Parts: sequence; structure tokens; C-alpha cells
Amino acid sequence: MAKVAIMSYIRRKSLVHELTGTTKLVFFLLWSVAAMVTYDTRVLLCMLAGSFVIFKISKVRFREVRFVLGLAAVFLLMNNLFVYLFSPEYGVGLYRSRTVLLTVAGPYTVTLEQLFYHFNMTMKVVCVVPVALLFIACTDPSEFAASLASIGVSYRIGYSVSLALRYIPDVQRDFTNISQAQQARGIELSGKDKFWTRIKNSAAILLPLVLSSLNRIETVSNAMELRGFGKKNKRTWYVQRKFQKKDWIAMGLAVAIIALDLLITFRDGSRYYNPFL
Amino acid sequence: MKKLSVKSVVAIGIGAALFFVLGKISIPTPVPNTYISLQYAVQAVFAMLFGPIAGLLIGLVGHTLIDATNYGPWWSWIIASGMAGLIIGIITMKLDMSEGLDGKKLIRFNVAQVIAHLVSWGFIAPCLDILIYAEPLEKLFMQGLVAGISNMLTTGVVGTLLLIAYSKTLVKKGSLNKE
Repeated sequence: MAKVAIMSYIRRKSLVHELTGTTKLVFFLLWSVAAMVTYDTRVLLCMLAGSFVIFKISKVRFREVRFVLGLAAVFLLMNNLFVYLFSPEYGVGLYRSRTVLLTVAGPYTVTLEQLFYHFNMTMKVVCVVPVALLFIACTDPSEFAASLASIGVSYRIGYSVSLALRYIPDVQRDFTNISQAQQARGIELSGKDKFWTRIKNSAAILLPLVLSSLNRIETVSNAMELRGFGKKNKRTWYVQRKFQKKDWIAMGLAVAIIALDLLITFRDGSRYYNPFL
Repeated sequence: MKKLSVKSVVAIGIGAALFFVLGKISIPTPVPNTYISLQYAVQAVFAMLFGPIAGLLIGLVGHTLIDATNYGPWWSWIIASGMAGLIIGIITMKLDMSEGLDGKKLIRFNVAQVIAHLVSWGFIAPCLDILIYAEPLEKLFMQGLVAGISNMLTTGVVGTLLLIAYSKTLVKKGSLNKE
């Protein structure tokens, strides 16, 4: 099984990289909440434009994130397809108007309202993608635990998250080793085998992987206990950085965005921007 | 709230790493964006061994990492993943694995995971999806149902196998005999 390409930290000098992890985390969370709440096309378009601007500032190159965008595109395409298959007239009910463009077959018509609904639904996801990618690409993983702790999450949980990030490569290597060893013994995992056999075979890989992980938990937690982890209520972080002016500005911007988002979306009492009425 | 023990902290970290790695190799089902996910088997086992909070956080952290490296987080399903671990953890909380594993415990584990996946994917995920993304009901419940059933089956088969294998590695109480 080939190694899966995974989005990871890209070291570079840019304004986005220089912001503290805390700022980026808060910005990313508020941004995704803003996108979740609204269904207002105007807001979504502004957010999309904003996310491109941030992407530009970050100096992350397009080709470095291209493979992830491919995944996102497939995901969105399938989602749209299935929404349409299940309710081809959903937009009509939502926008209380019906403008038929053409009839395909039976209940499957193409209406302007449905197309508009699909557009909005897709926008909601698309405008978060660049920001989410940048959050991963521009945040030093070692700074992540510190930023979680600084927004009020218990440092134990922060530490678990940084342990997770630390052990992903190890677990991945273990997984590759075990699965190759098992394949050498004739256990097939690829599409050649039947579905149920594949599930059963995957258990043959999972068993050693989980058991070795349980051993590792034992070792690591003993080591941490020996060093007195969790004795105190507070903890400092080696990588934590001081807040600078630009951090406050970015945080302010995030708060302003969500405030404007709520204001524009709910001013007329409806979550949807309706150009049809 | 009771403080997390050091062991739970590490179990959450490594559990989430496992969840992430397994999530990346999922086997697709015929329904869009829904996969046969081995990670839920591992999450269920960890929830049983390390408790509900560990189950919750393994789901939340692991799923967030998967989504964030794919296409941005789909929060409703992330929350549902966490809730599945929490529910399994709560129902199996009283089971002590150090006493060995018997049929009754395995049944309890399977009942727990069926309830957990039913609630998470049949109820929590679609409801949050309606609130957040306002997609058609039929599509959401169909998607939730397929995800729930496939997670139940994988957890039932693979999770049970994992538990049996794990219990064999444990040294039972009173296993030493005086000769």
C-alpha cells in the first residue's frame, strides 16, 4: 500500500506564518463558524474572496496544496450529486419560487432555485477550505498544543493533541511495516479481494498495530509520569510566543467578520439570501 | 471534572493518531462521502479500555485531523464521531478488563457500540447537518444510516476480534500456581 500524501506544515516566511498559533486557531475556528451559520450568498462570496486574499498573503504555493483540492473537489461533486438525486426540488421549497429551466425526466427538473441552492451549499464548504489548509500548512505542530492551552483548553488535552501529531508518523510507519509483512504472507488488501475478505484481512493488520500501540501507551505514560507530568495545574510551553500587534489585529478582524456575518445574514429575519422574491 | 490521568492523556494522543492513520486508508462504500472505517473499531476498543472521555476526545481530535487535511472540517460529523466514543465509554465503564474477557462483556461491548453508532449517525450527525448545512432530510438520514450500519458492522467484527486478542495478552489475576 502506497504511502498516503498528507497535508503538513510548510515552513516559510510570511505574515500568516508569523502570527501566533493561538491567533490562527481562533481565526480558523471563527471563520468556520461564520461559514456554518450563514447561507447568505453575499456573505459567502465575500468570505471566498477573503480566503483567497489570505492564501495569497501566506505565500503557500498552489501546487503544494493541489492534491488536497482534488480530494475536496471530488467530495463536493459527490455531495452535490446526491443532494440532487434525493431532492431535485429542494431549492424550490427553500426559496419559495419556481423557475424551471428544463425537465430531465420524471421529477428531475433543473430549476434556477435548485442551482442557486447548490451554489450556496458548495460555497459554504469552499470558502473554508483555503483557511483550513493554511491553518495546517502555516502552524508549527509543536506550537499547536500551546495555542490550545492559551484559548482555555486544559493543558492535558492540549498535550494529547500534540502527542497525536507527534505519533502520526510513527503509527503510519508501523502500519506500513505491518501491512507489508502481512502482504508478504499472502494477505491481500487491495481491491482484488472480496469486500468481506478485505475486512477480515484488515483485522490481521490491525491486531499487531493496536497491540503495539497499547504497549507504546504504557511506555510513554510511564515516562511522563516519571517526569512529573500533570502534577501542577498550570504548565508553560517552550514554543509559546508573545502576542504582537498583528495578532490583535487578526483577532479583531476575525471577530469583526463573524459580527458582520451574523448581522448581514439575520438582518432580514431569514438565513437565506433570496433573490427570487 | 476529574482530572485526566497521565495514561488517558497518552491514550488519547496515540488513539487519535491511530484514528487518523486508519481514517486515511478507509475503504469506500457505494454511498458518497461514506466509508467503511476501521478507525471506529479502534476508537470503540480504546473507549472501553480508557473510558468515555478518552473515547470522546479520540473521536474529536482524530476526525478533526482527518478532515482538516482533506477538505476542511465537517463539524457535524466530527461531533458525531466524538459522541460515539463517549457513549461506548459510558456504557462499558463498569467493565474491568483486568479480570479477563467473557461472553457477557463482549455482548455488553457490542450493545454499547450498536447504541452509540445508532445515536451518533442516525440522530446526532443528520440533525446537526440540518442545522448547519440545511441539506435535504432524506439524503442526510440515508447517509447517516449507511455510515451508522457500516460502522456498526466494522466495529462489531473488527472491534470484537481486537478485544479478544487484547484479552489474551493480559496476565490474569491469580494465574500463578503454587507448586
